[in-house]
Amino acid sequence: MTDQLMAVLLSAAMAIAAGLVGCFVVIRRMSLASDALSHVALPGIGVALAFDLHPMVGAGAALVLGALLVWGMERRTGISTETIIGVVFSLALAVGTLLATGEELVDALLGSPGKLGGWEVGAGILGAAAVAAFVLVARHRLVLSLVSADVARTAGVGVARVELLFLLGFALTVAFGLRYLGVLLMGSLVIIPAATAKHLARSLGEMLTISVTVAVLSTLAGEIIADRLGYPSGPVIIIVAGGLFLLSLPLRRIR
Amino acid sequence: MDHALEVADLTITFGAAPVIQALSFSVARGSTLAIIGPNGSGKTLLFRALIGAVRHGGTVRWAAGTRIGYVPQKLDVQRDLPVTGKDLLVAKAAVARSSDVETDRALELVDLPAATARRPIGTLSGGQFQRLLLAAALIGRPSVLLFDEPTAGIDEPGQEQLYEMIHRVQRAHALTLLLISHELSVVYRHATNVLCLSRGRRCFGPPTEVLTPAAIQECYGAPLRYHRHD
Repeated sequence: MTDQLMAVLLSAAMAIAAGLVGCFVVIRRMSLASDALSHVALPGIGVALAFDLHPMVGAGAALVLGALLVWGMERRTGISTETIIGVVFSLALAVGTLLATGEELVDALLGSPGKLGGWEVGAGILGAAAVAAFVLVARHRLVLSLVSADVARTAGVGVARVELLFLLGFALTVAFGLRYLGVLLMGSLVIIPAATAKHLARSLGEMLTISVTVAVLSTLAGEIIADRLGYPSGPVIIIVAGGLFLLSLPLRRIR
Repeated sequence: MDHALEVADLTITFGAAPVIQALSFSVARGSTLAIIGPNGSGKTLLFRALIGAVRHGGTVRWAAGTRIGYVPQKLDVQRDLPVTGKDLLVAKAAVARSSDVETDRALELVDLPAATARRPIGTLSGGQFQRLLLAAALIGRPSVLLFDEPTAGIDEPGQEQLYEMIHRVQRAHALTLLLISHELSVVYRHATNVLCLSRGRRCFGPPTEVLTPAAIQECYGAPLRYHRHD
């Protein structure tokens, strides 16, 4: 399989995972938290570079730890997820900016797809497939938990466990996309397609389908356009996604 | 008597102060317990303790094999979400591992047309939404139904219809029903026992004994008008 085909597969897999996770992020009203979540990777990248480790290892570890921290604090304090993520992850951005410097920081913030190694591509595809599979398999438990935790609980759903798995899936989705889109833009690929789908769809199935379609379309079209014009792909992908969102506004479903 | 639920010395603390202290009562299988009391007396908190959603002292013992259907007072979801009634029912059926036939039967029991269930939940009226939640609660063949203020936000004729429907469903499935309500006339008519939660006097017993003007004034701190159907 050629490197180019693998890169296309990675883009599509990441976009599918982001589109699926994004729907539940939007339903949970965690849109802003999505951006903040991606920031927690920065101190991980900084620490990894300081110890001569691969930046993805640091980013992934920091995101998983961040998700566990948010889950634990939410359960102990009762403060909303969005508030906790806002505080914890903005703090992480401040620490990360001090730890990562120069070119590393720019790569971390905006991504560097051209520098992806073979194992990174493989791990990204497998990880994104795992996250997408989790969302599809757990979607009924997620819907019940999000609509009413108490209804879910009486139906036998382990609400705390589902919430933790969702946060981890969310964190991993961001982690897989970081090297590709960067800290600043990965959160946008989670949110914009789902936000577009939210106002076009009439059911959850439609929302998932539209969100994935918009995410994949934005990613692939963004890469082609960026390649033709000689721009970095990350910002172009998000501009395409944002353009699709704006174009969809006149098509808003009539309520 | 065969009990569906036995509660002993239940204490629930919210913040520093106990909201409910040393509460004991039992609910006979197939009966209806109505829980009344002023706002802030801990009615919803009691329900949440019964389903294991909040920490508490004392014991809550459900009969072996109890399956609970829960209808919350309100849902914390945005009204513009593209989640349909059908999405909610399918999710409940998938988690409860029940069949499509059971979902259709639940919709039939609550008189909710399938076309209405296919609409986004934010577009349903108060009455339709309560019927949908009841249908969802009925999926998975519950033996006990917990209903938190079923008629909140519904007009008076709608309230009457909803209570009639709840009791029709209760009879059809031989359900034990626990109900939080402010509708004392309805409580008087349908409840087997009434539990009145109040910071002052707490009472438990049949409506004829508990729903006296003096007891209600003591429980709510003010007289309340209601219809007695003797």
